[in-house]
Amino acid sequence: MAKTILPIGPYHPLQEEPEFFTLTVEGERITDIDVRVGYNHRGIEKLSESKTFDQSTFVIERICGICSTSHPFAFTRAVEDIFPMEVPERAQYIRTIIAEGERIHSHLLWLGLAGHFLGYNTVFMWAWKLREEILDVMEILSGNRNNYAMFRPGGVRRDIKPEDIPAALRRIDSIVPTLEMLKNAVIDDPVLHARTKGVGVLSKADSIRYSAVGPTARASGVARDLRKNCPYGAYDKVEWNMIVTQNGDVFDKAVVRILETFESIKIIKTCLDHLPEGEIDANITSVPPGEGIGHIEAPRGETFHYVRSDGTNRPVRHKVRAPTFMNLPTFKATIVGETLADATIILAAIDPCYCCTERMAVRDETGRTLLHGPDLVRLSQEKTERIRREMGAEPR
Amino acid sequence: MTREQALQEIRVRFADAILSVSDKSPSRVYIEIKPGAVVPVASYIFWQLGARFSIATGVDTRTHIEILYHFILEELNLLVSLRVKLDRDRPIIDSLTPSFEAANWIEREIHELLGVEFKNHPDMRRLLLPENWPEGVYPLRRDYQEWDKQAVRDRGV
Repeated sequence: MAKTILPIGPYHPLQEEPEFFTLTVEGERITDIDVRVGYNHRGIEKLSESKTFDQSTFVIERICGICSTSHPFAFTRAVEDIFPMEVPERAQYIRTIIAEGERIHSHLLWLGLAGHFLGYNTVFMWAWKLREEILDVMEILSGNRNNYAMFRPGGVRRDIKPEDIPAALRRIDSIVPTLEMLKNAVIDDPVLHARTKGVGVLSKADSIRYSAVGPTARASGVARDLRKNCPYGAYDKVEWNMIVTQNGDVFDKAVVRILETFESIKIIKTCLDHLPEGEIDANITSVPPGEGIGHIEAPRGETFHYVRSDGTNRPVRHKVRAPTFMNLPTFKATIVGETLADATIILAAIDPCYCCTERMAVRDETGRTLLHGPDLVRLSQEKTERIRREMGAEPR
Repeated sequence: MTREQALQEIRVRFADAILSVSDKSPSRVYIEIKPGAVVPVASYIFWQLGARFSIATGVDTRTHIEILYHFILEELNLLVSLRVKLDRDRPIIDSLTPSFEAANWIEREIHELLGVEFKNHPDMRRLLLPENWPEGVYPLRRDYQEWDKQAVRDRGV
């Protein structure tokens, strides 16, 4: 059968990480994939070298709009690792609360979009409605719905006021029953099973070979979570479970994220209930020469920062590695052999940015456009509908 | 295996390759090795000790091009960073990609941003820089000069 090259992408500057995929297909089957990134390369590592340690946190907070706290968290830990020093306990708790709130809204965002790609727009609407509540909680706690600007080397910038805590707890409690309902609806749905089980499997061996991180690795049976293995913040002071599943398919990746959301709620509630008294900032005045590494478990996996200081107020080198950098190459292992209708959800399963899938275009060898992004989402939704009917459901 | 056993294994096995070991804190160790030994040492840490390859950092120190390969032994809460110093005029080192796929993208990145040549890398195409970026201009080198005269830059304050 003739091979066809499908370019997918490249550019949607409204969202993070525009990517360009080149899929090679034979009929419906995908036989190869190539990923091109860099369309949004802003040189932040270089830019950070011209900022002071304090200013850098604001720049790197803007690397990603969704996990905006994970970069300052990793960076501040890297700067603190140069000393090395410990930040006050209350600051550790506040950092943990902010990071977990971010994990909840990031996972809900993913769940909603995954639902949309599969033709489950109800899931999309429920998930995003719940996400709004969490964003409001973040506003109560930090003053911002996103880009919280809470972190600074040595501690946090602002305290969580005791009078705000009951309101935040009430709102978190109010979403739990709905989230429970949504979890059951997704995990027990036979159509979703047919649509996502055994699709886009990342084996444990491949996960290790590619050094995949976060939920992508944990869905493949790799029981590694920095919050457990290399505890930081308040993660070793509260009770929570690491979520690991074994199959590595799209379904398992969804399950890991949904269940992690509940663990995050548990962590936030415990931290808010047991917020220790005391200082929130160690008031660092200067950073000694040396090098430091900070890594934390962001919603998508390990975020890694390396900082080298020469004793001035600016870093001489600041390396940033986001989790998607390690997870994107796993497409080579997951998508080959799958069909075009499953491409959308497999590409979305590692939780990269969706801009790419919005801008897909299928072309034949002459370069004539055959299918656009919405068509691929439609292909994916039609497949779900077909499976629903085969299972005897009423047509929608 | 404990932290001490793991470090001792590396020390004994690669005694000839190791230049210095800096045991910075309970969870951070920096090991400087000879550039020629990077493949056996890194492969041993990755495959035999079961470490996850986190990333590599390239630094232009003005005297050398330095590369740090960061490995995480999560079960031990230990981050091992292998340090190599390369000749700044002709930085060449063996690629780790044939040993494990995880090193693929970061070697491409260091290649284009710092001009390091990775021998035996299977796919040394551009990763981040645009197609019209000139060959031999490396933006993370200390002596990098703005080359695009047409570029509009916000010089700021």
